[in-house]
Amino acid sequence: MTSTLVENHFRIGKLPHIWCPGCGHGIIMRSIAVAIDELGYDKNDVCVVSGIGCSSRAPGYMDFNTLHTLHGRALAYATGVKMANPDLKVIVITGDGDCAAIGGNHLIHASRRNIDITTVVFNNNIYGMTGGQYSPTTPTGEKGTTAPFGNIDRNFDLCNLAKGAGATYVARSTAYHANMVKQQVKAALENKGFSFVEAVSICPTYYGRKNKKGDAVSMMEYLKNSTVNVKAADKLPKEKLEGKFLVGEFYKSEEPEYTEEYKKIIDSFQKER
Amino acid sequence: MAKNNVKLMQGNEACVEGALAAGMKFFAGYPITPSTEIAEISSLRLPKVGGKFIQMEDEIAGMAAIIGGSLAGLKSMTATSGPGFSLKQENLGYAAIAEVPCVIVNVQRGGPSTGLPTSPAQGDIMQAKWGTHGDHPIIALSPSSVRETFDLTVKAFNFAEKYRTPVILLTDEVIGHMREKIEIPSPDEIEIIDRVQPKSGLEEYKPYEVNEDQLVPDMAPYGGEYRFHVTGLVHDETGFPSNDSNVAESLLNRIMKKIDNNIDDIALYEEYKLEDAEVAIIAYGSTARSAKSAVDMARAEGIKAGLFRPMTIWPFLDKQVTEVSKKVDNVIVAEMNLGQYVIEVERAGNKHTKVSKCCKANGQLITPDEILAKIKEV
Amino acid sequence: MSNQCEIRLSGSGGQGLILGGIILAEAALNDGKNAVQSQSYGPEARGGASKAEVIISDNDINYPKVRECDILLSLTQLACDEYLHTLKENGVLVIDESVKTPDRDDIKVYSLPILKTASEKIRKPMVANIVALAVINQITKVTTKESLEGAVLKRVPRGTEDINTNALKEGFNLVNA
Repeated sequence: MTSTLVENHFRIGKLPHIWCPGCGHGIIMRSIAVAIDELGYDKNDVCVVSGIGCSSRAPGYMDFNTLHTLHGRALAYATGVKMANPDLKVIVITGDGDCAAIGGNHLIHASRRNIDITTVVFNNNIYGMTGGQYSPTTPTGEKGTTAPFGNIDRNFDLCNLAKGAGATYVARSTAYHANMVKQQVKAALENKGFSFVEAVSICPTYYGRKNKKGDAVSMMEYLKNSTVNVKAADKLPKEKLEGKFLVGEFYKSEEPEYTEEYKKIIDSFQKER
Repeated sequence: MAKNNVKLMQGNEACVEGALAAGMKFFAGYPITPSTEIAEISSLRLPKVGGKFIQMEDEIAGMAAIIGGSLAGLKSMTATSGPGFSLKQENLGYAAIAEVPCVIVNVQRGGPSTGLPTSPAQGDIMQAKWGTHGDHPIIALSPSSVRETFDLTVKAFNFAEKYRTPVILLTDEVIGHMREKIEIPSPDEIEIIDRVQPKSGLEEYKPYEVNEDQLVPDMAPYGGEYRFHVTGLVHDETGFPSNDSNVAESLLNRIMKKIDNNIDDIALYEEYKLEDAEVAIIAYGSTARSAKSAVDMARAEGIKAGLFRPMTIWPFLDKQVTEVSKKVDNVIVAEMNLGQYVIEVERAGNKHTKVSKCCKANGQLITPDEILAKIKEV
Repeated sequence: MSNQCEIRLSGSGGQGLILGGIILAEAALNDGKNAVQSQSYGPEARGGASKAEVIISDNDINYPKVRECDILLSLTQLACDEYLHTLKENGVLVIDESVKTPDRDDIKVYSLPILKTASEKIRKPMVANIVALAVINQITKVTTKESLEGAVLKRVPRGTEDINTNALKEGFNLVNA
């Protein structure tokens, strides 16, 4: 039996999805749909844009206006969509390679402009679609098919990156914390500006196998046991934070939004007439 | 005093005026010489007509943004030169396969690489056709004057909308930067074509379905009555990806044929003193101006020369070039590169006439004297 | 072709020669003629030897660049040295008085205090280009006075009309004197 959520927000005919058994992406995709559902948006007013990679297949399953673009370019396309029609709720679904490597420039500039786009990164720490190469978020020392001796790159903290570049809502959750993903996506969509939600996913097929992380269940357990909410982190002694990463809302601020600022320019000429 | 609509205008400015006349409402781009004035003037003019301008973080983003803007319903344009045109290619292929109307202006400058940033060239002829990977349809137009820059920009938008395809306006540094007299036509003299939107109230809108009486699929905007999916993957009439070889073949056939079967509609060219010509110059863009002078100079010396000037560079005007080749003893292709368009002319004309070239790629416009010398040589 | 006049305005970057070229071309349009204007781009447009070129004709203008010119204006020695050889036989050379009169007897040379008139008489060095246009016009009649005045007033910044009208007048007078 399909749930009403799936029936109402997904393209049933396109399911089942192509993701591997145990992949965390489906959970995150569902959380986005629940967030939209709970906010009561008209589906015709929502445009979901993606790039290339495992995560970027999500829009094909989601029953909204959907745009599957080129590797790394989702935010640039989304910027055009949002500029052309600011009434649309524009969501970008992207991956760690898509948004932080090939699309890194678009990410920092969309953040800087504070254009009203909600970006959700399905961060599985690996290039899955091409078979397991290390990405900008693969932790130093971990392996990928292009890092057979261990990755010597330092990995990005995507939330710090987005915050530093000017995003006005920044949060992190994981595929284990499905409800937190939903809450953060809701808050992101309600933020008038550029919102960045990093949803840490799991890739048992490539990242998990390459780095001996066990099966999908063990990887989920890792997400559960290795995360500390940012609200609790301050009160915890340093040793309790060892080997853990933070989840929760990191940053929120009100700043002028790009398309609204542009509208003021247009309006100034309309008054002149 | 000159009439009100008679102005001294730069080619790049005329391009923006043409775009606005055609209904451009969105421009996204990145500064690069010698195309920058197009971005500057667009930024000044668009908000005054309710349109929008954005300077993106790079050339790639400029091209991506106009595809997004067009999908959301606005007539969109970007402009670039030299290395910037190379960076547009990835997304240009996307616009071709996803059939997104948009206009890309390339004010050609000397290359390769950073090359000669402030000097003219016509070295992107082949790149305009083959720059993005894979077989794909393309329309490219090349103006020879400021007024024609206006006219062909309007045409570029019209072709983009009519054929749902990216259209490249291939101008060059000479035409882009020179100021010349232009009489701006009044709006009622300008034909404007808009994309066909699907009828309201359809039970199902298939974004890539083409009925027999249609040239291209109807195009709905994001945020309108219908929800739909767009991808750069091979897709069927529903817009969703498919690995089926039959789907791939029929999609590619359809998008190629919409251009190939309509070359007569897209073919724009000028014939000058060709009726009794024994030698024909083929030249386009700024070089055609020199060629016209050379024809007059040759005629003054009793040499029967003529000019065929394609404004439509792609699709290649096979029929017309073949006709010209049959009429004359010699064809000379003059272009500011080391021989690009001439390859196509040779293909079409070699069995009918002798084809030679008058080429230069040193950042200088080919002069009438140089072309005249070539006429005397052949 | 004989009715085609090719003009090269040369000097240093910042002397307003490009605007001068545009005004001259617009003056020609005011006369109902054709005109093409082009200029140097890149770093040289911001210092060093700078030039603007104008072709005026009753007919269509094909080749848009000035090769050998009929009229050459040089406001600096550097520009004169650079472009003198491009002036046709029987051509008109207009130089600022600070420029050495060149050793060519096949041309007509007019050496006039263009820069000084702008800086001392009008007390606005930036109108040297307008003074020069008036001088060229007075010598060559390449456009009518009225058309030149119309073109100047259309292009100059609002509020500077009087200064520029004055610059034109002083320029015309330089030749009459």
